[in-house]
Parts: sequence; structure tokens; C-alpha cells
Amino acid sequence: MTSLRPESLKDLQDIVIDAAAHGRPMEIRGGGSKRGLGQPTAPDSRLELDGLSGIVSYDPAELVLTARAGTPLAEIEALLADKRQLLAFEPPTWRKLLGSDARTPTLGGTLACNMSGPRRIKAGAARDHFLGFTAVNGFGESFKAGGQVVKNVTGYDLSKLMAGSYGTLAALAEVSIKVMPRHDESRSLLILGLDNEAAVAALADGLNAPHEVSAAAHLPPAIAAHSALSAAFPGTPITALRLEGPPSSIAFRAQALRELFAARGQLVDLQEAESERFWREISEVNDLLPGNDRAIWRLSLPPSASPKAMATVLRDIDAIGYYDWGGGLLWLSVAAQADGGAAVIRAAVASSGGHATLVRAPDALRAAVSAFQPQPAVLAALTRRVKDSFDPKRIFNPGRLYQGM
Amino acid sequence: MICMPKPDEATLARRAQIVDALRRLLPGERVIDSVRERQAFECDGLSAYRQLPMVVVLPSTTEQVAAVLRFCHREGIKVVPRGAGTSLSGGALPLADGVLLGLSRLNRVLDIDVANHCVVTQPGVTNLAISDAVRHLGFYYAPDPSSQIACTIGGNIAENSGGVHCLKYGLTTNNILGIEIVTIEGEVIRLGGKQFDSPGYDLLGLMTGSEGLLGVVTEVTVRILPKPPTARALLIGFPSVEQAGQCVADVIAAGIIPGGMEMMDKPAVHAAEAFVKVGYPLDVEALLIVELDGCATEVDDLIGRVEAISSANGASSTRISTTEAERLAFWAGRKAAFPAVGRISPDYYCMDGTIPRKALPRVLAGIREMSERYGLGVANVFHAGDGNLHPLILYNANNPGELERTEAFGGDILKLCVEVGGVLTGEHGVGVEKRDLMDVMFSAVDLNQQQRVKCAFDAQGLLNPGKVFPTLHRCAELGHMHVHGGQVPHPDLPRF
Repeated sequence: MTSLRPESLKDLQDIVIDAAAHGRPMEIRGGGSKRGLGQPTAPDSRLELDGLSGIVSYDPAELVLTARAGTPLAEIEALLADKRQLLAFEPPTWRKLLGSDARTPTLGGTLACNMSGPRRIKAGAARDHFLGFTAVNGFGESFKAGGQVVKNVTGYDLSKLMAGSYGTLAALAEVSIKVMPRHDESRSLLILGLDNEAAVAALADGLNAPHEVSAAAHLPPAIAAHSALSAAFPGTPITALRLEGPPSSIAFRAQALRELFAARGQLVDLQEAESERFWREISEVNDLLPGNDRAIWRLSLPPSASPKAMATVLRDIDAIGYYDWGGGLLWLSVAAQADGGAAVIRAAVASSGGHATLVRAPDALRAAVSAFQPQPAVLAALTRRVKDSFDPKRIFNPGRLYQGM
Repeated sequence: MICMPKPDEATLARRAQIVDALRRLLPGERVIDSVRERQAFECDGLSAYRQLPMVVVLPSTTEQVAAVLRFCHREGIKVVPRGAGTSLSGGALPLADGVLLGLSRLNRVLDIDVANHCVVTQPGVTNLAISDAVRHLGFYYAPDPSSQIACTIGGNIAENSGGVHCLKYGLTTNNILGIEIVTIEGEVIRLGGKQFDSPGYDLLGLMTGSEGLLGVVTEVTVRILPKPPTARALLIGFPSVEQAGQCVADVIAAGIIPGGMEMMDKPAVHAAEAFVKVGYPLDVEALLIVELDGCATEVDDLIGRVEAISSANGASSTRISTTEAERLAFWAGRKAAFPAVGRISPDYYCMDGTIPRKALPRVLAGIREMSERYGLGVANVFHAGDGNLHPLILYNANNPGELERTEAFGGDILKLCVEVGGVLTGEHGVGVEKRDLMDVMFSAVDLNQQQRVKCAFDAQGLLNPGKVFPTLHRCAELGHMHVHGGQVPHPDLPRF
């Protein structure tokens, strides 16, 4: 195992030029917290980007921050909090989920994996906040795309391609992101006792009302039992909607939601500290879906299709799961036997046009099952051509996204 | 003037056979051959550039689009896609040897799906028609370019269009869930859908803003949002643009993201007021419109905070809308600013740079200086909240040399935008207009990477050539190009 750790853009470029010349594939690593995500890949060389660290520029009034890609996420979040701002896409770290608790998530890794939390439904994903970057492609060329302003259509939006590319296109050196003002206050309204169908319908009604709901989730009883809230509300399913903003506005909107849901079930207000802890549980997953030996799936699908998809899966395999994103995101914990539920789960989402990602599983299962929903042939061919336009020698994270690429 | 690629003589020589072949692919009325009818398509919103297309086709199904593209790909014929033709950067400028592929007949809203917060439409549906289709349900589609009554959602995706509300609600790219595209080979691909964040490369995000160079959009799924219960606006006059600019910065720094925050300078205010007579103050150097939306309690609170911030920055006049009619009147002048300027000058040229907000005073001073140097007037309209400037250069195309002088002036403005840390275009696209300025912002290496992405979609370079990139490279050449110190070999390569 060779470990290469550039400390400047020039270093990074030299390393990649050398790797490209020798056709030597490399695993790109920021803080290493998300090594367990995606298809397993284990090239002999490792490109460590945590040496490219530090804020390059941050002017709160511009709502833009530029940092080196290896800057720890926590450092960015602390700096923003100090100026009453935040990353609106609410990136989870999944450190406990992926068993990388001792590792440090970086800004670059967060963007490259398009990590987005419960606020995704209102504020967008990481990809929606990624304004521009400097990177080194597989030719060993340092190039830039996008810019450091929010509104920009100059050339192709390559930041979108980098977000969710899992480091397979280029090694990010420096990134610019959009940041947002932090809300004054946050709290949640809980509806107790709803079954899955009624809960997802209630979440849709909440999101369709003009009350700026910033997160919407539902925990069936088997999942709610693992939440810290179970002490106060044992044995009941929990449906939750979050409100953020100035206190007077939240009070007004919370009352409006109470009226909307008055006849649906018992309503409970969750104050800021408890609300924040609850949404961290939703975002970080591991507390709600315990058991390190189980396979964890993340399904994205049209919200109204999710209760049926859940029912289909539960009919055929041993699984439990919960809903985020107003029903549009399903988290499932499945016994890690045979294919870990892959065939059943992927069939259940396919009919609605959705997709399922195997987020965590024992090594043997990860080696046997594609982490990402397989693509139709025409799209797969285009995907390979896009990969080759950045990294034709396939030196960056080979196989991490799709096999043979 | 910017030159387009030299027409291919062999293609022009077999024009009649090409038209016949296209007629066989599509019912006859959808292939437009006569000079008189083709003239309707000879330019888009950038009317300084005109070119009669070789032939116009107006398919009405995805299958027909695919058939046309497959034919053009096989025959090596260039294709220019077109929505409503409202592009301000020449994105839909035809080619003499190209098929103009109009999507206007793909004009149906296919599915209104409130439970999944989305609408599925064909690309030729206008931006405003999407909001109209869901208004009775209490929803709207957020991006609202000024041309929304005419521009199509397919064109919005090609250009990643913005509008006055994108500060709070995002650009087109942030409001699209899925698209169906047809590649130049005639293959149909679906990207995204009614769900979020498909795995694999975000080709949906890449397609948005790709200016018709990568594929043709034949179906769109957009997110719809519940209409805010309350929206009110402040109309604030300032004795200087610097004070207005500082007010904008202070509002954002206070943690307020208005639904819209627009600025006009004195010439723009005067032109707008003369045109729509909505009571804009005429004794101010800059006018701000700040719109706050949300629940009534929050809007009232924010109005008070913005008013205090504007007073602290020396506002000379403030009006706050108390009725919906008054709020719309505040906007009427801003929304009519372009035609209003059109009344006071025979021609105007609309620029579209974005800058960091803090650079506003410096850029405005620079524009004033250039205006004197070039001897051409300018009226400034800004999406101030996100730093997107629209200087309108006043000129008369009938005066010899004046268009060229205007283009040089515009180019200098955009170079200044890049110099202060901004970009060439915030929402109008590169198109033909800013194509030759791309190397002000990007190195040869940067542009080569973008062109390699183009090659992944369209190896023969048949889709909308002559737009966006100042130099056309053959794809094979880009695949193994050696670059030294940011310079490609043959920097003297001809530009068309």
C-alpha cells in the first residue's frame, strides 16, 4: 500500500501525472469516514487529500465559502455557526452507521458523495449548494469549473457532475459552496398513532400547506422504539414535521399545522433541544436501525409510492424501516443473508421509477451486490463515456461507482 | 460581430434531398421549407444576429424527435434545438447548413401530481403555463424569468433560467426533478423522475444549462411549491447606488433572504416610470424593491427589519405595499424595465454578469467610466440579492459601427465582472454572444475538459455547434492533448 499525501495543488497534480503515466489506480480519501460507501475498491495506492485543508475565503454577507477540499466538515460548520449561518443541506456524517467513528468527514468528501439530510426536501441537496471547484482530472490537468457566485451559467455545470461522483472523475482540490443564514429557532410537531399510509399522506399535506415545513419523517412503532422519544411515547408510531424560523413565525405556523392535523391523531410539540436530537437520529440512521450485522438500504422514490414499496418488501423479507423526506426516502434494515434483499427491494422501487442504494453491509454481501441501482444499457454507456472524458485511464476510485469503471 | 462555423457546402448542395427525407419522417406540415416561413425562425431574443435555417422541423412526439436526430446523426447534419426563441444570448441562432428543431408542438401538461409535489410536462409548455395549471390548487412553479409568458420549460432547462425569485427559491436546476432526453444518436434516456437524487453521475444537473449542446429535452418533471400566504414589498429610494448596495448587503448579513431583491439605477427608474407610471420616485439615484413572503406574522416582522436597515443606510424614500395591487404596481415598473428602455433608445443590448455583492460600487463606477469612454448611455437593472447585473447599453444599430462599439463595451463590462471575482453570465447563457469571452474566465485546460464532456454526448459535434465554446476541437484530438502551462498546442488555431 502506497499512501500519497499532497499538500498543495502542485503536489496533487504531480502525483496524478505520475499515476496516469504508469496507469496506477488510486483510492481517493478525504478523512476516510465514507470508505465503506459505494462498491468496495482497493487499489494499491491511496491518495490522501486531508493535507489540502483550510478555509480560502469566507465573507458571510456574500453567502459563499471557499475551502480546500480536505477541510474537516466540523471546522466548516463551527465557522459558519459562529456567523449564524449553516450548510442548508444538513449533511449527515454516517460515521456510526459506517463504523468510521474515529474518522473526520471532509467538505470534499461530503460533496463528492452528495450527502444531504432531512432538510433536503426544502433546501436542496449538497449538489444544489456546490458552486464551483478546482480539481485535477485523470490526465493530470488542474482545471476549474463554476465560480464563487450563486448565480452562474457560464459553461457546463460540472459541479453537479462532481457531486455524487464518489471521486471517480477527478480529485477535488478546492471547492466553493453556497451557505445560508441560520434559523433563529427550530421545533417540531409530532402526530402519534398513524399507520404508514396515513402518515405519508399527512406528511404530504404538511408539505403542501404553505407553512415551510423543513423536514418531514415517519417512524413505525418498531423503529420509534429505538428513538430517544420512546421513553415519552412508548409503543406508538411517530410522525414528525419540523418548523424553522423566527419565534413568532414558528408559533403561527405551528398553530396552523395543529389545526390541519387536529382530527388525525394526538399532537405533541417538540421543543428545540429534543427536536434537534430527533432529527439527528433521522439523519444519522444508526440509532434507529441498530445491529451492525444487518444490511442497510436507502431508497429514494416518489413519496406517495413509499408505503406500498415498504409493504411489498416486508411481505417478502425480514426488514424494518422508516420514512424521511416526506416519504420520498425510505431507510431499511434487512437481514444480511443471501442477497441482503437486493432483488426484492430493487423490484419494489423499480415500478415507481425509484432507486435503492446499499449503504452498509458485511464485506461478502458488498462484494456480491451492486451498491447502486443498475442503470439501463444506454445510460450506462453514456456514464462510461462521461467517466472517460475525465479519467480515461480509470485511475480514480476504479469500481467504486460501477464495476469495470 | 461573432462568426459562426463555415457552412458545409456538401450539406447545402443536398438540401432538397434532406428536406424530402425529413418530410418522410414527419407529416408534411411539420417540415418548413419556404423562405418566407423560415424567416420566422431566423433569430431569437438576441436579434442582432440573424441566420436563415436550412430547414425547420416541428415534431410533436418524442419518437419524431428521435427519428429526426437519428437521421441527422447518420447523415452528419447539424441540429439547432429551439424552444420559444427567447434566448438573450443567441442560443437558438440557426445555422445555414443546420436543421432547426423546434419543440413548440410538444406543448401539453401531462400530469399534475400534488401528492408528489410535481408536474410532468412536455418541453414546449411555457414557464407561466405550468404555474397557471396548478394555481387553482394553491401551487406555483418558482423560477420566473422575465420572459415567462413566452419562454418554454425546455428552453429554461437548456439555459438554467433564473428570475427575480431565484434568490430564495433557486434557479431552474434547483427545481427540476427529472427529464427525458433524446441524444444525437436518437436514443431516449430518462434522468431522475419524481424522486430525488438518482445514483450515478448527475446528468440531470449537467443537462440543465448545457445550452442545447448535449441532447434534446422531450419531457420535464418540475417541483411545484405551495404559494406563500402573504407577499409584501418595499419600494426604497436612495441618494446613491453605494448606499443602496450597502443596504442589500446589510439585509443579507442580517440573515434575511427576501423572496426578491431588485435594484434599478436612475436612468432605468426614469424609463420605467415614463412607461408604466406606477409612482416611482424620480429624484433618487437608485431604487430597491424588496419583497418578503411567508406567513403574515413573519412578513410584518421582516418588513420592519428591512425598513430599519434601509433607514440606517440613508434611504430617502420608502413605500410599503398594503394591498396586492400595490405590490404588483411596485413590480410593474421593474418587470417592464427592458421594454421601457426600448422606448427611450432605438436599440439596447442587455448584459448579464454576476459579481460578489460587495463589488457592486466598483463595478458601477467602472460601467459609468466606460459609458463615457464609449459614448454610449447605459441603464442598470440588477437582481441585487444575488449580484446578477443587467446593464442595458443604449445604441442605434443604424449608426455605422455602433453595434460593434456596443459589443466592445459589453465585453469590457463582463471582463470587469470576472476581474472582481464574478462570472460572464448569471442566467442568460453563453450562446453566441459571450462565446469569444469564455477564455477571460476559463483556461484552455478548463475549456478542453468541458469540450471532452461534450464529446461524451456528441462525438461529431452536431448539436448546436458554434455556441458556448470559442474554438471547436475534434474529439479525438481532445482525448490525448498535451497541455503545458495552461497552453494547448496551436494557440493560433482558427476561430470561426
